[in-house]
Amino acid sequence: MALGAWNARVDDVLKRFGGRPEHLLQMLIALQETENWLPPEALTALASALKLPRARVEGVVGFYSFLHAQPVGQYRLLFSDNIIDRMLGSEALMARLCHSLWLAPGQVSEDGLVSVDVTSCTGLGDQGPAMLVNGRAIAALNEDRIDIICELIRQKLALDAWPAELFELENTIHQRDALLSCAAQPGDALQAAIAMGRDAWLSQVQVSRLRGRGGAGFTTAVKWLACRDAPATEKIVVCNADEGEPGTFKDRVLLNAHADLVFEGMTLAAWAVGARRGFLYLRGEYLNLRPALEATLARRRAEGWLGASIGGAAGFDFDIEIHLGAGAYVCGEETALLESLEGKRGTPRIRPPFPVTHGYLGLPTVVNNVETLAKCCLIALNGGAAFAATGTAQSAGTKLLSVSGDCERPGIYEFPFGVTVRQVLDACGATDTLAVQVGGAAGITLAPYEFGRRVAFEDVPTAGAFMVFNDTRDMFEVAHNFVRFFAHESCGFCTPCRVGTSLLAGTLDKLAEGKGSPADLLEIEDLDRLLKQASHCGLGSAAPNPVIDGLQKFRPAYERHLMHADFSPAFDLDGALRRARQITGRDDAGAHLPQQPEASR
Amino acid sequence: MSTPRKLRVATVSLAGCFGCHMSLLDIDEHVFALLDKVELDRSPLTDLKTCGPCDIGLVEGGVCNSENVHVLREFRAQCKTLVAMGACAINGGLPAQRNHLDVGQCLSAVFQSRPGMDTAEVPDDPELPLPLDKVHPIHEVVRVDYFLPGCPPSGEAIWQFISDLLAGRTPRVSYPLLHFD
Repeated sequence: MALGAWNARVDDVLKRFGGRPEHLLQMLIALQETENWLPPEALTALASALKLPRARVEGVVGFYSFLHAQPVGQYRLLFSDNIIDRMLGSEALMARLCHSLWLAPGQVSEDGLVSVDVTSCTGLGDQGPAMLVNGRAIAALNEDRIDIICELIRQKLALDAWPAELFELENTIHQRDALLSCAAQPGDALQAAIAMGRDAWLSQVQVSRLRGRGGAGFTTAVKWLACRDAPATEKIVVCNADEGEPGTFKDRVLLNAHADLVFEGMTLAAWAVGARRGFLYLRGEYLNLRPALEATLARRRAEGWLGASIGGAAGFDFDIEIHLGAGAYVCGEETALLESLEGKRGTPRIRPPFPVTHGYLGLPTVVNNVETLAKCCLIALNGGAAFAATGTAQSAGTKLLSVSGDCERPGIYEFPFGVTVRQVLDACGATDTLAVQVGGAAGITLAPYEFGRRVAFEDVPTAGAFMVFNDTRDMFEVAHNFVRFFAHESCGFCTPCRVGTSLLAGTLDKLAEGKGSPADLLEIEDLDRLLKQASHCGLGSAAPNPVIDGLQKFRPAYERHLMHADFSPAFDLDGALRRARQITGRDDAGAHLPQQPEASR
Repeated sequence: MSTPRKLRVATVSLAGCFGCHMSLLDIDEHVFALLDKVELDRSPLTDLKTCGPCDIGLVEGGVCNSENVHVLREFRAQCKTLVAMGACAINGGLPAQRNHLDVGQCLSAVFQSRPGMDTAEVPDDPELPLPLDKVHPIHEVVRVDYFLPGCPPSGEAIWQFISDLLAGRTPRVSYPLLHFD
């Protein structure tokens, strides 16, 4: 496409998004739809139209994994690379696909038709292995499906013409409690809250002791109060649907099966804080949920549950926009999410000020998790006291757990807080369990002696990921996978995390290659400490968690990878002299180096 | 109480510029206090060519050739405590700027492509150590106990570091001594 053609496309996109720079990320996603990548002339045209420095636009493109400044294949296939997908055979399937299409991972085929690579967890651990084809998820991959996909690509069939059943995702719900069995009609909860009045509604949320379901567990009512009382005429409600934590997928199921509860929860939050605008920040991996979500929004507008004077309450105006993410785990952190929502790189902000006073575009903003907002409907329907009656002293209500890995029935389980790890394992049919990773890669690794512990903020906190590993698994490999994930997802803003996660991943690589020594374990412990103490945000400080827990609870799995030597270089010493030998023509004894010092061999 | 035995210290410059050693000499009058407490083994200051059993080894410079590997391994084998001293030992430093070039091309550019040297060969005398394809920080080749950053670390920083080691304290270079601008 020539520059003129790009200018026309840019004009078109500008019109769609009102030409506002805070929509930069959404515009780039839209611009990329046709060609699958963003050529330099497209970036130049967009930058000059928005009157932004070109470097700013390029910086945004460079930040997000799903935006490409280099050509990628017409079909871009990304295999989900979480440890659960690997356990389900993703590596062999990727090799089969690459072999069949004659290309190597990370490369674009010579005809530009296809490129294959890996991506972070796509949120389909209950029905993996999974992949994204031009952003659209395909689950339950097996050899047959891989062969079908290869054939469709060879025929150059447009994605819309691919068999629809390929893109079907299951809502594997195995255990329902208050939320998942809620039979309320759209608007029921809102009507109840409107009848209470804004203040009484907020006091019900206080009574409910609801805490955030995204992992941190902050008390929802405190957040809402602070936002309501912040001095500004405009307030914002954001639903954080950037469910990037490896192994969790409960938000996907909620958005797919109970979207009304989520949108109604956002509207309830708006009623409490006095917001007029809301955003659903949907992770790019969940692109195929978007059409249904837009349809739900349209229906709710038609029914009067969004728009002006909602439920007949004068002055209660609120509407919701969907913003897409583009493959960046760190955007699940609320201030990084706000940056991304403003069309910037997703670099976490320094807090304070907190989003409740200075959030989206500096406006007081409530950012809540999908599940938290859905739970608000229960509080409006049944009252805060009823909600607080289940769960534990510090963790009221129920929790959705995304169970995956070595068990008979992976999927969603809704349990009251306080459920023991063993009860969950029994419910999902897990046997010979070696370890459970609760809370995702950033969470906690539990050994069998801890299976009596309880899922609750006061014991084992979690955003919902619950990955099960049986006794055939190598917990070193699990931690290795998680650490590589963090190294990939580090936003690059602070040095301890940017460099530390890479060094940690490099040291684990060295162990995996059988070149590790006791000195490397000390190095790992040093890096763990550095990451924990010096990182700018939670990504860096959580990155060493799987290794810290692993070295404490599964140390032999690490020691198995050590050589019995004081120290061994990670690189091939003799190989490092090969080029010099070649150019000098030497091959004498002095032209070689042993990998270990003579004495210690 | 008998006077404590003097600690044996060895120093070496691998792929470095001797700047760290110059900085070591820059501790001024502390040199008397130092020599009261230590005996030097292999070091550019003694010109000894092999290293005996030592308490402390100070290594300047990264690892750029096979001889560096042998010397570094000798230091590791002989020294109870091994210190990476200065930016090159810690990160590869300036010599590591050749890491993005092909070492073969470097050699032929230097020995064959310069005016007047077009018939020359790349030296192949077995006496000469072969360069590694990349310059490595020393901790990638042997285990290293402590790191003393700086380019070079100031005399004061080196003195504080050595004083800590001699006194049996875990070395800690205070923040103002880590400022270089």
